[in-house]
Amino acid sequence: MFPYIPHTPEDEKIMLDSIGVNSVDDLFADIPKDVAFNKELDLPLAKSELEVTNYLNKLANKNCSTTENVCFLGAGAYDHYIPAIIDHIISRSEFYTSYTPYQPEISQGTLQYIFEYQTLISELTGLPIANASLYDGGTAVAEAALMACDVARKKKILISETVSPQSRQVLKTYAHMQDIEVVEVAMKDGITDMEDLEGKMDDDVATVIVQSPNFFGVVEDLKSSADLVHKSKKASIIASVDPISLGILKRPGDLGVDIVVGEGQSLGMSLSFGGPYLGFLATTEKYLRKLPGRIVGETTDLDGKRSFVLTLTAREQHIRRDKATSNICSNQGLNTLVATVYMVTLGKEGLREVAMQSTKKAHYALEKLEQSGKYKRVFDKPFFKEFAVSSNIDADKIIKDLRSENIIAGHHLGIDYPEFKDSILYAVTEKRTKDEIDKLSSVLEGI
Amino acid sequence: MKVVKGLYYSEDHEWVKVEGDEAYIGISDFAQHQLGDIVYIELPEIDDELEKEDDFSAVESVKAASDVYMPVSGKVLEVNEDLLDSPELLNSDPFESWIVKIELTDKSQLDDLMSSEEYEEFTSEEA
Amino acid sequence: MRKYNKLIFELSKPGRKAYKLPPLDVEDKDISEFFPEDFINENPLTLPEVNEVEVIRHYTNLSDKNFGLDTGFYPLGSCTMKYNPKINENTARLDGFANIHPRQREGCTQGALQLMYELQNSLAEVAGMDQMTLQPAAGAHGELAGIMVIKAYHEKNGDTKRDTIIVPDSAHGTNPATATMAGYKIVEVKSTENGRVDVEALRNLVGENTAGLMLTNPNTLGLFESDIKEIAKIVHDAGGQLYYDGANANAILGQARPGDMGFDVVHFNIHKTFSTPHGGGGPGSGPVGVKAHLTEFLPVPIVGKEGDRYFLDYNIENTIGKVKDFYGHFGILVRAYTYILTMGRDGLKKASEMAVLNANYMLSKLKDDYYLPIDALYKHEFVLSGLKGNSLEVTTLDIAKRLLDFGFHPPTVYFPLIINQAMMIEPTETESLETLDEFIDALLKIAKEAKEDVSILKTAPHDTLVRRPDETKAARSPVVTYKA
Repeated sequence: MFPYIPHTPEDEKIMLDSIGVNSVDDLFADIPKDVAFNKELDLPLAKSELEVTNYLNKLANKNCSTTENVCFLGAGAYDHYIPAIIDHIISRSEFYTSYTPYQPEISQGTLQYIFEYQTLISELTGLPIANASLYDGGTAVAEAALMACDVARKKKILISETVSPQSRQVLKTYAHMQDIEVVEVAMKDGITDMEDLEGKMDDDVATVIVQSPNFFGVVEDLKSSADLVHKSKKASIIASVDPISLGILKRPGDLGVDIVVGEGQSLGMSLSFGGPYLGFLATTEKYLRKLPGRIVGETTDLDGKRSFVLTLTAREQHIRRDKATSNICSNQGLNTLVATVYMVTLGKEGLREVAMQSTKKAHYALEKLEQSGKYKRVFDKPFFKEFAVSSNIDADKIIKDLRSENIIAGHHLGIDYPEFKDSILYAVTEKRTKDEIDKLSSVLEGI
Repeated sequence: MKVVKGLYYSEDHEWVKVEGDEAYIGISDFAQHQLGDIVYIELPEIDDELEKEDDFSAVESVKAASDVYMPVSGKVLEVNEDLLDSPELLNSDPFESWIVKIELTDKSQLDDLMSSEEYEEFTSEEA
Repeated sequence: MRKYNKLIFELSKPGRKAYKLPPLDVEDKDISEFFPEDFINENPLTLPEVNEVEVIRHYTNLSDKNFGLDTGFYPLGSCTMKYNPKINENTARLDGFANIHPRQREGCTQGALQLMYELQNSLAEVAGMDQMTLQPAAGAHGELAGIMVIKAYHEKNGDTKRDTIIVPDSAHGTNPATATMAGYKIVEVKSTENGRVDVEALRNLVGENTAGLMLTNPNTLGLFESDIKEIAKIVHDAGGQLYYDGANANAILGQARPGDMGFDVVHFNIHKTFSTPHGGGGPGSGPVGVKAHLTEFLPVPIVGKEGDRYFLDYNIENTIGKVKDFYGHFGILVRAYTYILTMGRDGLKKASEMAVLNANYMLSKLKDDYYLPIDALYKHEFVLSGLKGNSLEVTTLDIAKRLLDFGFHPPTVYFPLIINQAMMIEPTETESLETLDEFIDALLKIAKEAKEDVSILKTAPHDTLVRRPDETKAARSPVVTYKA
């Protein structure tokens, strides 16, 4: 017997009799002989819960966790504090063991939190419409760009070199398939080079993608970019943003950005070795019927009660098939609940405070690191919670030496930007203490 | 099912109302019945030059979406923007709710379409 | 409790908080020293102001408005709503898995990489493929990655006239949507009267423009495509590739392998076949497996092993690139691997056997009262076409809504599109004989009601919190955010 399979031999007999066959094997008689798998799978036999737990504990313990080490690593995934309340709410099995809310009568819980999520994302970004989420920040950039091309009926995308290298790679993979041209806009001193952008704008451009704070943590001038892009008829601007930064920085929607996307991991999701995270997407009314993914809308039921349903579904693959706005079928479900509870728990003051503390501690850290004279800031530009410093010490050595002091170093910029081979990008969230920052600084000083 | 006399009809259930070198195009009563409550219509842009059989519009209900095809070639002169705000007009009065007004590029294509009598027979077979 | 009808925004009261940060321990400078004035938002965001107790009560009340697998029977066809083992939730939350950063050096993540490596190999064994990637985020995303791999293969061969993907008329909507997204044209191949791909029609469809065929086996009707070898030959002879949509893989674990059937690319829906939670719609996971001739096109990275060292392998010669950030939905993958270890090869095989037994048993009890368009041996699911002898007065929607009154989640309805009034029932292996009998009894009672008193079906559901919300209204004048 297996714990998740309830059938007794007597049950099996009753059921086989009802079907009118003699054995379970008879139920597979329609699989032709030359296709049937007549061996045993080369996998271990079933194990007990205790054995499995012991084995996986052993694997887990081989990793260096951010609870046992001090994490200054970011570059797209951040070690923010996750309120205890979140795991308790998402552990309600009415939430996590349900599926897509196809039957609104028994899915109002899921539908309502998605509606709340859409509202919160809309408020955060300053745009009126948000969908029910996409896989992650990178695919959100790609989906938004494809949508913008579709609406503009053009096949050229400009993307700044300061946008996360991963997002650019994902975009290129997607765009290549539809013969859409992707042109990179150069960077200058850690931000998008506006002259290069202006030079590359032409009538073929469907959309321009920028990121702020950008991959280097530097805050970009979204307003100037938006103004420049909108000089071109039909072109739109997409901004990828860190949702935490919106606790203090101007909302992209208020600066003229048409589509805002981003990685939502900072909104209460554990680092979990890169996923599952959450891609958010907000935009203007113009794109409402062209959005990829699910959308929840408010309506009333037979008795006039406020209720929520999946709406505008004629855009989606199960109805529109080859003419759907995207092939996406799921959304990030439970992770939208995580983000919702995070934003609600922090609320009006909390999100601002997390943003404030992160930026103040990051600025303190940079100041501290520069004191020794060994490390210098790479970009002299306004930054949020992440900054790059360079030195004449080998980056790999720095990372290794910090590791032996139980510090998870920042991201080596040379991996994606050869011109910054001596630079490391440090992230500082509200979780880091002065003592931890001081220790980072003193260890670095001693290398 | 209502069929209006004097119009041309296509097998995809579009109707064409000709006025000189210009024509209005819409969807038939049969088509709106098949779709159910229409919630949205996508319109082409003015000046779009469309060939016969191009899909130029899409009509959506809650559970279905259907492309609308050009029964004849033409250049878009006007689109019926009232339908954007009130797509239900396509249900309540499909023959008054034209989708586009076009300039006909080849009037001889009208000969390929059905008369109201022929269309009536066609839909009775399809239903 | 069930009457609770508030949005979180309606609970907000100025001054309330649900969160406290430690006091700032570095020098408190004004942020105007950090940012130019016109970067700073002077207007506070209008996020709710609520207390922790209110947050917990609010979302607990919302959870009470939801039906989950732990609540009751959830026979949603094509979705494989099998029980989500609780140990999976625990292992995914282990500190060494939940709290590791994706950009940490390999030396710090050997345990995570080892798990991914072992999972890659386990899935490849179940699929009969040579190499898996765990990167795709969901089934549809796996389809996209897989079709991109096929496209890259043809591109490398200079075979650029192959611009068409063939899908059966019974296919999931994601198949044609995916192929379009990958830049392909779509052609449908029709099904025969017995619900299988029409082999002769396929033979006439393929040609020098054929890039590939996407197929689910067992197909969306729950029927095994017995001609699969012939289908594979036709596609391959025409120069196309064969894509396996793993939505229905729960029917054949240890019984048949897509790789042995002739498929070149496979995706699994981890949240279906390997029991990870559906999470109200996600996150899923959609690993993709390929035969050796396609490994050079896989997205980067995959997990490799050299000696005792596990590493992220970016060295894939003709890779399509990246399809998402980082390496996949790791937290979901931990759950899947936990499940595979728990079930073992014997448990996985048993799971498929009992899933198929359950489906055919239910069918045997229902086919006198419900119309079964194709009377055959089914795999893990089957499709009914409404009530027998019913003049369509009672629709499948009515039956689904009435099932809610009996405390069940209804089956998938109106899919596949080729079956009129379709009701697609997938019980899964984790449901007991008693549960199946209760559900069967409910459906038989509904059949009786249809003969005696149709109004009770037409006005269903009677016992739910809300009743048939107006979807037309929602779509005509969309309200997608809360307005105070």
